Amino acid sequence: MQTLHVRGLEKSYGQLPVLRGVDFEVERGTIFALLGSNGAGKTTVIKILSTLLKPDAGSVCVNGFDLAGQGKLVRESISLTGQFAAVDEILTGRENLVLVARLRHLENARGVATDLLERFLLVKDADRRVGTYSGGMRRRLDIAMSLIGDPPVIFLDEPTTGLDPHSRTEVWNSVKSLAREGTTVLLTTQYLDEAEHLADRIAILHEGRIIANGTLAELKLLLPPAQVEYIQKQPTLEEVFLAIIGNHGDSVAAAGSDPTTVRQS
Amino acid sequence: MSTHFVGDTTVLLCRSMRHITRSLDTIITVTIMPIALMLLFVYVLGGAIDVGSAQYVNYLLPGILLITIVMGISYTAFRLFTDVNSGMFERLQSMPISRPSVLWAQVLASVVSNLLSLVLVMLVALLIGFRSSAGIWDWLAVVAILILFTVATTWIAVIAGLSARTVDGVGALAYPFLFLLFISSAFVPTDTMPAVVRAFADNQPVTSIINTIRDLLAQQSTGADVWIALAWCVGILVVAYTLATAAYRRKRG
Repeated sequence: MQTLHVRGLEKSYGQLPVLRGVDFEVERGTIFALLGSNGAGKTTVIKILSTLLKPDAGSVCVNGFDLAGQGKLVRESISLTGQFAAVDEILTGRENLVLVARLRHLENARGVATDLLERFLLVKDADRRVGTYSGGMRRRLDIAMSLIGDPPVIFLDEPTTGLDPHSRTEVWNSVKSLAREGTTVLLTTQYLDEAEHLADRIAILHEGRIIANGTLAELKLLLPPAQVEYIQKQPTLEEVFLAIIGNHGDSVAAAGSDPTTVRQS
Repeated sequence: MSTHFVGDTTVLLCRSMRHITRSLDTIITVTIMPIALMLLFVYVLGGAIDVGSAQYVNYLLPGILLITIVMGISYTAFRLFTDVNSGMFERLQSMPISRPSVLWAQVLASVVSNLLSLVLVMLVALLIGFRSSAGIWDWLAVVAILILFTVATTWIAVIAGLSARTVDGVGALAYPFLFLLFISSAFVPTDTMPAVVRAFADNQPVTSIINTIRDLLAQQSTGADVWIALAWCVGILVVAYTLATAAYRRKRG
């Protein structure tokens, strides 16, 4: 069953065509990555799907509701985490969560907020103004705000841009656990490793069209067959960073104990 | 209008009120300029201005109250501009809430914060000798006109907050209003002005509003001014509301 169904989506800004017929589908409970360089139109797709922008042509079905006539029902089904953390800086973290819970008309807004503060490791800073938060904390709060009301579909627009590796891993883990619980996730990214790590299917958006769409394995088949080469693997700076920080013992130990690993190229 | 309009507006109004109470300095910033102008005119320039038998501070206060509102609505525009730029606006738009609530909450917050500022300015006026023998109904009429003026001009601020591209653009909102206030009966009677200037001053919106408030506080007959003032306020309200909702529809695509 497809939760997201996009056909022939077109959008121009004035004379400039941004989307020139975009088609894709996303199955329920899967993570779908829209991969593309800056300006490829990823954010435009997300904005159209979250009813912030009207398409020039094409049809979109979200969770069984038609974007054109059932905007309110679409908004009931989705939640958007935009490219920049959309949080209220003057309110505290807790107040931000309560605000969204009230606007989603939930019964127990305070309880929902407390649960999410725990889940996103924000309890200690819950009653500080968000203006004093770090970038990673803001992003965590931002994503926590998007989960309120358990929407069946979540849009994440470049969720880890500007985050340090530690916070990025945290975001990845929460996205994975969302999909495990049955949430459908559409995320955009310009980081290839992010798509590789998270996504069940990957689509490449280029010059307003989807030029490739499939699982990682399928996309790899598009290239000439792999050759096996032996190379020495140096720890990446990221692994060094995480080792020194000391919170990611497992992955660092694996990288450190075995200096030669097989890599396909 | 959706079923959640009242509830959503209340939640968003509480949010805006938190913004206002947490930055009380904005209320002070808003009131400093009108209070300074009031002191300047009463103690420096006012002695040389002939306003007939009235105390100059009594003559001046209505204009100062309107300046206070003009400074206050600039902050409403600024708060809306910040929401648009921080992404909070898009977050709200992508949620299943009543869409008009987003703007109405800002307008109501503007009314509440302006009333607070007006009380502050009024207290200073009382300290420096403002007195009125007006009764409760006259005062209520004054408050009603001030609220109507606030609501009407706040919708202009909403247009500015939604369509400005820079913070400086938002800040420029107050200038046309200050221009109207200086070329009006706010500081000096219009009858000493040259004919062309006087024609403008007598027939622009703020003069009739100021004259009405002044007459109500002095317990004099307002004559036709009150109807002209109400017509201007309602006219500004209708036009600004229409343009603001159009800007809002454009903004959310």
